Amino acid sequence: MKFKTKYIAPVGGDGIHTINTGDWRIKKPVLSQEKCVKCGYCLLHCPVNAISKKDGQFTISYSYCKGCGICAHGCPPDAIEMVPEVEK
Amino acid sequence: MQSFDVMNGNRAAAIGASLAKPDVIAAYPITPQTPVVEYLTQFVADGVLESAMSEVESELTAMSMVTGASLAGARTFTATSSQGLALMYEPYFRASTLRLPIVMAIVNREMISPQTVWGGPQDSISVRDSGWLQIYVEDNQEIMDMMIQAYKIAENEGVLLPINICYDGFYLSHMTEKVFIPEQEKVDAFLGRYQPNHIILDPSRPMAVDPLTNGELLMNYRYLHLEAQQNALQVIEETDKEFESLFGRSYGGLIESYRMEDAEYAIITMGSMTGAAKEAVDFARQNGKSIGLVKLRVLRPFPKSKIIEALSKVKAFGVVDRNVSFGWNTGVIYQEIKSALYESGQFMPSIPFIGGLGGEDLTLDMMIEAIETICHASESKETIWLTRE
Repeated sequence: MKFKTKYIAPVGGDGIHTINTGDWRIKKPVLSQEKCVKCGYCLLHCPVNAISKKDGQFTISYSYCKGCGICAHGCPPDAIEMVPEVEK
Repeated sequence: MQSFDVMNGNRAAAIGASLAKPDVIAAYPITPQTPVVEYLTQFVADGVLESAMSEVESELTAMSMVTGASLAGARTFTATSSQGLALMYEPYFRASTLRLPIVMAIVNREMISPQTVWGGPQDSISVRDSGWLQIYVEDNQEIMDMMIQAYKIAENEGVLLPINICYDGFYLSHMTEKVFIPEQEKVDAFLGRYQPNHIILDPSRPMAVDPLTNGELLMNYRYLHLEAQQNALQVIEETDKEFESLFGRSYGGLIESYRMEDAEYAIITMGSMTGAAKEAVDFARQNGKSIGLVKLRVLRPFPKSKIIEALSKVKAFGVVDRNVSFGWNTGVIYQEIKSALYESGQFMPSIPFIGGLGGEDLTLDMMIEAIETICHASESKETIWLTRE
């Protein structure tokens, strides 16, 4: 059997990494730093904590982003565009 | 020098468990297990036992509490019977799949309906595929000794699984026998301390315990769990030998063979009925019958190779089941023995017996009758019910 875990019991030593929600994405949110007004709406509403704030700038991590589009739908200056994922 | 005392099976279980010095005990009383809880509570009240003892409000809580305690690194103990086991079914399954070496005595009691409080291992046998190790014992000394060995087996690095020590309600739980009590210092040295690394609730080593997990990973865990069950086969045998070297008593490991050396026929038993069956074997031997007995001690993991080896030379065998397998029209152990033999290509005649349900006696006469039938076994595979005239 191919093993994806080093544990014998169901634990995650470095967090819950067992479900890769990033695999679910059909469209991905792309944030325009020029249009962004730094309001933080997207960070507060992201259900998987995929958005972080560093040095005053907001960035989206695509590891866990499931492409739900809540950030793009609510973004006051429409700074986030949902771009279709290209087939791998 | 080991001291001895006369005691019932429940007291033997309580003393055996307390010799292992569990950190946390949680249990809810149910007939016929109730005295186990009473004895342990008394030991704690008397200051003989330093465990954190909790009398919880249900068996569901008892198993949940020892699960939490075990996750925090505690050595734990609980005990139950029948409906109590049924009530804790969900955390019972979780304890094994979280790989927690919890020790639980099951004082076997028949399942309802009709309403009954008397003996019969239908309760624990019905949950044999929940991932726990299950050992069935014959007398009070074996209860005492297996309570101690249970921790050694369960906490072994290659096993790390919870374990049931199962003994017949009333026939053992309320029967008084002479029992030797192992010395505390020797038990301490034999067991050592439980130190978990595989799963632990420890702020200095944070880990997510039991997260929502996809099937691919779940299959990894199941594979390793099945492997641990197989590892336990050897660990149980080794523990028996080590225990014998320290305390002078051996139970044969996975199975016990009685007068099987030259036996042409075999009767297979489990639990307290074995005493009467051994008497019946002696009686049949005096009357020129070449019969021996195999006592199944360990139901999970199933000792397949040992059974194949033990029955390799017999012309026919019978299995006395104190339980039923609804849908097979036989007992459970009969089906398990046959499954083991299929792999070895041995297809001798066999007889399934059912008897002793709901605390009904399995008498010497019934065992003699069973042996007679086995010695004349043909291809007939109808289940024979051992009942009073």
